[in-house]
Amino acid sequence: MEKHGTIYRVAGPVVTATGVSPKMYDVMLVGEEGLMGEVIKIDGDKTIIQVYEETSGLRPGEKVVDTHHPLVAELGPGLLSSVYDGIQRPLPVLMEAMGDFIHRGVSANGLDRKKKWKFEPTAKKGDKVSGGSIIGTVKEFYLTHKIMIPPGVSGTIDEIYEGEFTVEETIAKVDGKDIMMMQKWPVRAGRPFGKKLLPDIPLITGQRVLDTMFPLPKGGTAAIPGAFGTGKTVTQQQLAKWSDTEIVVYIGCGERGNEMTEVLETFPGLEDPTTGEPLMQRTVLIANTSNMPVAAREASVYTGMTIAEYYRDQGYNVSLMADSTSRWAEAMREISSRLEEMPGEEGFPAYLAARLSEFYERAGRVENHNGTNGSISVVGAVSPPGGDLSEPVTQNTLRIVRVFWALDSRLRERRHFPAIHWLTSYSLYTNGLNKWYRENVAEDFPDLRQWAMEVLQRESELQEIVQLVGSDALPDEQKMTLEIARMIREIFLQQNAFHSVDTFCPLERQYVMLKLIKKFSDQSSKAVESGVAVDDIVAMPIRNRLAMAKYEETIDDELAAIDKDMVNAFDSLGGKA
Amino acid sequence: MSIASKEYRTITQIAGPLVFVEKTEPIGYNELATVTMPDGTQKRGQVLDTSDDVVVIQVFEGTTGIEKAAGVKFLGETMKMPVSRDMLGRILSGAGEPIDGGPAITPEKRLDISGAAINPWARAEPMEFIQTGISTIDGMNTLVRGQKLPIFSSSGLPHNDIALQIARQSKVRTGEEFAVVFAAMGITAEEAQYFMSDFERTGALKRAVVFMNLADDPAIERILTPKLALTTAEYLAFELDMHVLVILTDVTNYCEALRQIGAAREEVPGRRGYPGYMYTDLASMYERAGRIKGKKGSITQIPILTMPGDDITHPIPDLTGYITEGQIVTSRELHRAGIYPPINVSASLSRLMNAGIGPELTREDHKAISDQLYAAYAEGKDLRGLVAIVGKDALSERDQHFLEFADAFEDKFVRQGTDEDRDIETTLDIAWELVAGLPINQLSRIDRKYIETYHPEYRKSE
Ligand SMILES: Nc1ncnc2c1ncn2[C@@H]1O[C@H](COP(=O)(O)OP(=O)(O)OP(=O)(O)O)[C@@H](O)[C@H]1O
Ligand SMILES: [Mg+2]
Repeated sequence: MEKHGTIYRVAGPVVTATGVSPKMYDVMLVGEEGLMGEVIKIDGDKTIIQVYEETSGLRPGEKVVDTHHPLVAELGPGLLSSVYDGIQRPLPVLMEAMGDFIHRGVSANGLDRKKKWKFEPTAKKGDKVSGGSIIGTVKEFYLTHKIMIPPGVSGTIDEIYEGEFTVEETIAKVDGKDIMMMQKWPVRAGRPFGKKLLPDIPLITGQRVLDTMFPLPKGGTAAIPGAFGTGKTVTQQQLAKWSDTEIVVYIGCGERGNEMTEVLETFPGLEDPTTGEPLMQRTVLIANTSNMPVAAREASVYTGMTIAEYYRDQGYNVSLMADSTSRWAEAMREISSRLEEMPGEEGFPAYLAARLSEFYERAGRVENHNGTNGSISVVGAVSPPGGDLSEPVTQNTLRIVRVFWALDSRLRERRHFPAIHWLTSYSLYTNGLNKWYRENVAEDFPDLRQWAMEVLQRESELQEIVQLVGSDALPDEQKMTLEIARMIREIFLQQNAFHSVDTFCPLERQYVMLKLIKKFSDQSSKAVESGVAVDDIVAMPIRNRLAMAKYEETIDDELAAIDKDMVNAFDSLGGKA
Repeated sequence: MSIASKEYRTITQIAGPLVFVEKTEPIGYNELATVTMPDGTQKRGQVLDTSDDVVVIQVFEGTTGIEKAAGVKFLGETMKMPVSRDMLGRILSGAGEPIDGGPAITPEKRLDISGAAINPWARAEPMEFIQTGISTIDGMNTLVRGQKLPIFSSSGLPHNDIALQIARQSKVRTGEEFAVVFAAMGITAEEAQYFMSDFERTGALKRAVVFMNLADDPAIERILTPKLALTTAEYLAFELDMHVLVILTDVTNYCEALRQIGAAREEVPGRRGYPGYMYTDLASMYERAGRIKGKKGSITQIPILTMPGDDITHPIPDLTGYITEGQIVTSRELHRAGIYPPINVSASLSRLMNAGIGPELTREDHKAISDQLYAAYAEGKDLRGLVAIVGKDALSERDQHFLEFADAFEDKFVRQGTDEDRDIETTLDIAWELVAGLPINQLSRIDRKYIETYHPEYRKSE
C-alpha cells in the first residue's frame, strides 16, 4: 500500500497536509473522496494544496496521496468540439455522472478512451524522428489532425501501423518505445517549438474596427479591457465565430454560465466563414464559470493554452480567447491570500505580473520542429473594477500585449457598438502589417485608414469648439468634417454583432465601404466649395443608402451601385460648377 | 459514537462574529456548529477554517453574549434547509424559522444551502419574454425567464415600488404565473411592511415564500438569507416545475455583512475594504438563476441594491454588474423631475434581450425601434447640455428635433403609473409615435421595411 499523508488544515479551497514530501505542482488526491488538488507551496513539513473541487465536510486527519505527476492536459484526437471545466474534465461526462449540478469527487478523462480513430501513417519504418515529427494523420471532423512524436522522444521508427485505434493504443514503436496518439503535457509549461517568426499576417476577424483600424496579426496579443457591459464577451465571441483560424480555444474563466450555454447553442448552427463547416467543430470550449471552484479557474487558462499549443505544433493557426483574465488574476489573489502571502498592489500576489507575461509569452507565430508554421493569437478580456484602467491587472497586461482595444462606457451608453474607442485604442503591429494590406487588399489601404483616423481626430477637436459655441457657428467646411466623421463612426465603425449581414464584414468589403465614405467626402468638399448647403448634402438619399447598405442581403451589389450613382447624385445638387 | 454529540468547552478567542475553539476531534470544513450559552440559549454557526490546532466558527446570530465558558457542538453536516411545497404563503425569518405564527414546516426534503453550480452543459438558454408592463424594461431592457437582472438604485428612490410592480405584473405570453421568493436582507421594518401589505393586498402572498432579515436582526444572519431563499427557489423550480421570481433586497446590506466577517478574520481587504473574494461570493448567489434543459421550471432573479453615494463604480454595484445579465439603473434626476419609474435607460442594459425579442416572441420591429430610441435619446440628452450653454437657437433644425424628442420620451415612454400595466404592443406603439417626431431620414437604426409597416406616417396613409 502506498504511503500517504494526512490533512492538517482546511480553509476554503486551500488544504494543508503533513506527512508527504511531493514536488511543487504535483497533483495530490485529497481526502477519502480523493479530490484533485495541486501543490502550490511547500513550507517545512507542511504541503499546501489548492483543491479543484468543493471542500465542504473535508476534515483534518483524512488522507492525502501524492500522484507524483503535475497537472497535465491530455492531447490528441477528440479535443475539438469538447466542452471542459478548468482541469479538462468534459462537462457532458460530469453531467452523466452527477446530474445537472456539479458535485465533487468525479474524475473524468479529457479524451475519450473508447473511441477509435482511423490512423493513416505518413512516416514509415526506418524514418528518423524526434519530438514534434509528424508520423501520421487522423480526420477530426474536417481537420487533418496530425499525430506527432511527443516532445522528448527521438529515434528510429521500428514499426508503424495503419488502422483504427483508440488514443491509448500503440500506433508506432520508436527505438522500442510505444507511441500512441494521446500525449500528456504539464499545463503550466509551454510546449517546445523551433523559433518565433515575425507576426506579419493579419488575423481577419470580419470586424471593421479591428481589421481596418487596430489589426491583430496571427500570433499577436491583444487585451480588451472594459467596464461591465461594454462588450468584451460579445467581441470575443465575434472573434471566435469569424476569425480566419483553423482552431479556436475559448476559455470562459470565472464568467457567466448562460454565456457558455449561448456558445454551445449557437456555434453548432453557425458556419466557419472559411470552410463552411459547423463552427463548433473547430472550437474547444473551457467553461469554468464564476461559481465553479476558483482553483480550477486558476488552472483553466493553462489548460486552454496547452491545447492551443498542441494544434499550433501541428502547423495550424489558433486563436485563443480568455474571458476574463481578471477573474483568473482574482483566483490567484484569493488563493494567495489564503496562503497568507505578502500581498502586492490591491491584494494581488507579487507574482501577478510574472504570471501574466508568462501566459502571453506563449502566444506567437512560430516555426515548429517539424518544419510547419503555426500560430497562437491571444485575446484577453480584462475586467477592471469600476472601469478604472489604472488597476494592477490592466496595467500589467498593457505592458505586455501589443494591441489595446479600449472599450468605452460612454459609447456603450449611446449604443455605439462595438464600443471600442477609436482615439484611445492602438495596435503596435499596424506598420508591420501594412505591407500585407497593400499587397492583398489595396495599395492605398494604409492611406485610407490614415485618412479616416485624421477625420476622427479632427472631429474630436471640433467637438470642443461645438461645446462652447454650438455647431451652427462653425464654417460649412468644418460642419462637413463633422458630418463625415459621423458617417465613419455610424456607418463604418458601428457594427451590429446581432445582425445577420452586418455581423461579419469581409476585408474587401471593409475597404469598399471606407473608400465610398472617402468618395462621399471628396464630393461633398467640392459641393460645399461651390456653395451647396451642408444640410442638403446630408439629406441626400445616397447618403442614406450608404448608411443602410450594411444591412442588405445584396450589400456588395448595393455598394457597387452606390459607387456608380455617387457622382451623378452630387451633380444633381447643383451648386456652381 | 459520533462526534456530533460531543460538547467542547475550549473556546480560546471570540472576535467579531468568530469563535475559536481548540482541542477538538477532526471537524469538517463548512460544517454546522451550535454554541450553547450557560443560560441554555443556543446560537448556530459554520466552520470557516479547521485544523488539528484550532477550529474557527462564524456565528450567524452574532457573538453577543457568548463567553469562553460556552459549550460548542459540531453537527457533522453542512447547513441544510428543510423544503416543502407548503412553504408557499409562509413568512420565515432570515435564518429560515417561521415567524408568521403558523406551524413548523414539515420538510419533504432537506437540501444543502450552499447550492452546487449548475453544470453549464445542463443549462438551457433563457429566452421567454417576460412582460413586466413597464415600457422602459419591456421595450428597451427586456427581461427573460431565467435571467438575473438587478435594480441599481439609490437611497430615497422608489426601487421598492418598481420591484413590486414587476412582481405584480410579470407574466409570460402563455399566461403562466410566477411563484415569488422574497428575501429581505437588513431592510427596515417599515420597508418590510410595505412589501408585505402589497403582497397581501394583491393576493401574491399565496404564491410567495418570504424571508425576513430586518435591519435590527443580526447582520451575520444576512449571509444565510439569500442562500436559504435560493435553495427554496431551486426546489420550487427544479423539483416542483414552477417558474420562480426571486427578489433579493438589499444586496448592499448583504455585502456589508461580508465585509464585517472579513474584517473580523483580519483578511487582507480588496477594494474599499470589501473581501477579495466578494466577486466569487456574489457570483455563487446570482448564478443560481437560470433554466435547466429538460426541466419545466426556472429561476429569474431581481436583486435590488442601493449604490453607496450613488456611485455605480462602488464595488457592490460594480461586481454585481460584472455577474448579472444587465442592470436596471434608476436616476435621481428623473425622480426629482417627478417621473415614475425613474429608470435611466442609457445606463441600463439587458444582455439577454436579443434572445427574447423579435418575430413570434414580441414583434419584428422591437430591436430596431429600441436601438433607435437609445440613439435618439442619447443625442437629445447631449444637446440639453449644449443648450444650457449656447441657447436653443444655436441648434440646427435637426438638433432641435432631437432635443424635443428627449423630453417627449421621458414624459410619454418612461413615465407611467404604478398600476399601469402596458402590454408590449402598447409600449412599441408609443415608441413609434415618439420617433415620428424625428425626420424620417434620421431614423438610421431602423430597416426601411419596418418604417413602412409601423411608422405612423405610413399607417395613416393605409
Ligand atoms: N458588437 C455589438 N453589437 C451589438 N451589441 C453589442 C455589441 N457589443 C456589445 N453589445 C451589447 O452590449 C451588451 C454587453 O456586452 P458584453 O456582454 O460583451 O459585455 P462585457 O464587457 O463582456 O461585460 P461583463 O464584463 O459584465 O462580462 C451585449 O449584451 C449587447 O447588448
Ligand atoms: Mg463578459
